Amino acid sequence: MTAAAIKPKRVLPGFSLSLGVTLLYVALIILIPVIALVLKGAEIGPARFWEIISAPRTLAAIRVTVTAAAVATVFNAFYGLLMAWVLTRYDFPGRRILDALMDVPFALPTAVAGIALTALYSANGWFGAPLGLAGVELVYTLGGVILAMTFTSIPFVVRAIQPVLEDLDPALEQAAMTLGARPWAIFRRVVLPAILPAWLSGSTIAFARSLGEFGAVVFIAGNLPFKTEIAALLAFIRLEEYDYQGAAAIALVLLIFALILLALSNWLQFRAARHLEAKS
Amino acid sequence: MSIVIDNMTKSFGGTSVLRGIDLTVQTGELVALLGPSGSGKTTLLKIIAGLEWPNSGGLRVNEQDWLGLAAQDRRIGFVFQHYALFPHMSVRDNIAFGLTVRPRAERPGKSVIAAKVEELLHFLQIAHLGDRYPAQLSGGQRQRVALGRALAIQPTVLLLDEPFGALDAAVRRDLRAWLRSVHQETGSTTIFVTHDQEEAFELADRVVVMGDGRIEQIGNADQIHDHPASPFVARFMGATIELPVTIRAGRVEALGLDASRLPRRALPDGPATLFLRPDDVTPVADASGRFQISRAASNGAILRLELTDGTLSLPVDLPRRAPEAQGLTSGTRVTLRPEAGAIFSGGRDAPAPRTVTEFPRKEQSL
Repeated sequence: MTAAAIKPKRVLPGFSLSLGVTLLYVALIILIPVIALVLKGAEIGPARFWEIISAPRTLAAIRVTVTAAAVATVFNAFYGLLMAWVLTRYDFPGRRILDALMDVPFALPTAVAGIALTALYSANGWFGAPLGLAGVELVYTLGGVILAMTFTSIPFVVRAIQPVLEDLDPALEQAAMTLGARPWAIFRRVVLPAILPAWLSGSTIAFARSLGEFGAVVFIAGNLPFKTEIAALLAFIRLEEYDYQGAAAIALVLLIFALILLALSNWLQFRAARHLEAKS
Repeated sequence: MSIVIDNMTKSFGGTSVLRGIDLTVQTGELVALLGPSGSGKTTLLKIIAGLEWPNSGGLRVNEQDWLGLAAQDRRIGFVFQHYALFPHMSVRDNIAFGLTVRPRAERPGKSVIAAKVEELLHFLQIAHLGDRYPAQLSGGQRQRVALGRALAIQPTVLLLDEPFGALDAAVRRDLRAWLRSVHQETGSTTIFVTHDQEEAFELADRVVVMGDGRIEQIGNADQIHDHPASPFVARFMGATIELPVTIRAGRVEALGLDASRLPRRALPDGPATLFLRPDDVTPVADASGRFQISRAASNGAILRLELTDGTLSLPVDLPRRAPEAQGLTSGTRVTLRPEAGAIFSGGRDAPAPRTVTEFPRKEQSL
């Protein structure tokens, strides 16, 4: 007589159903468009692809995009760190409001942000006029592109660091204090290592977001080819011109950038979790 | 060389946490701050460490005013309840932290630090764990690392907050003996906080019992056990029986109570409260006794009785094999004969025995 194998019951029912629905959704909404884009790009053939990408206007657009995104990211990395620090470490009237304001760039339609920024910084805007007197022009320059990218990507940095800072055990800093560490040493040797992975991965995502930013940038950039035209816009222009191959090639470049950054962000987080998991 | 705390007070918001603490700890002493949670013991420890600041009072260590000194300049070794090891540093780096963080001018050389860390790893019996990360250690090992990190700076005072609170019983006993030997070898003045009497009495030279922001009593185990200084200490030390009695000419009197074994006390005549531990009392069978055994249970060694006189309910423990225990079963009427106990005058001040009288609750009208 053989005993029938005992089949363990799952605690939560509906696993296969929920997993199936989730996977289907991921496939339809995320994977298939990305695959379609890659296939479209592959159709072009490497020679033609290279030709599109190495065209001076495309190269210029990519250069503008990457430069502006890099500057915006460096700025946001530091400002975002400061903001997260202020939001978690100090209690002051209006802290909650400030905290909520950090979500505005997430929630605001990017076009609205673009129009608002353009209005503010244009030659006769509130900020634009005094800045113009000082000889600084932002609208229709690379500065404007950077400004728009900074605006839309700041929450990524703040929201990445904030929870880590909040969870940081105050006893760690107190321990460092009792061991004689001065505030700067505490920050550099105790706090920074704890938030570094979140900080870097937040900044990486902010960079990825800036590379792909479209709505906010096109209003303020002026979109002058070779000067302030960004890659995403160029892809859009190619599409408008029924140049599907051109559009797909540029889009593919952006996609590759995004995937590399995503992988980088995940790797940073994985690396950080290394010491925190017990694996003796 | 000593720690002198003088009339120290501290409140958080409107809540008083310390209400005038006076305490002197001698150099090399091992002192326990014992009390229930909320008694202010951890706050006192953190004030000594410079992690909290009192509202008033003085703190002098070796004739130096420590309240004008930042935590960094006090050179204390603080062991946190949950160890607070730096998770991204190896055990070695954790222990070295207090040395490597010093300004360049005062910092010992790399090889000196390495040798010091190695020495501590051996001393703490964790030499094989030097390259592990805190997440890869057990609770007891983490505790050792935390202590090593604190000892590395050769502290003037070693402060430990519930050092064994998060460990299981076996490890706890083990570490207790070990900490005692560490103290003997280093000779550093040590103060630790605990809510565990056994731990406090076994480890400390002197135990400071704290309750509600005050020092209730200072002494060793026998003193505190036999002569609690206040109803609070009596209760904290396990006196679960509180009997209302009358003092007449220094003698305790109460209905159904044979107080012949209790010594005379220099207390004013009038109402008082007698505090007893369940094993301080011998029930004597007596057909006209005030109490009746409502429940009798044995765990083999101890016979546990539940006595009642209709309003009060008292737990009593006695050795099952003792002659006094024979014939005590459920339903037997008894007289109580306290063998020891603490008496505090005033039936009101020391809150009356907690009789379980339920008043009908008033329905709230809408």
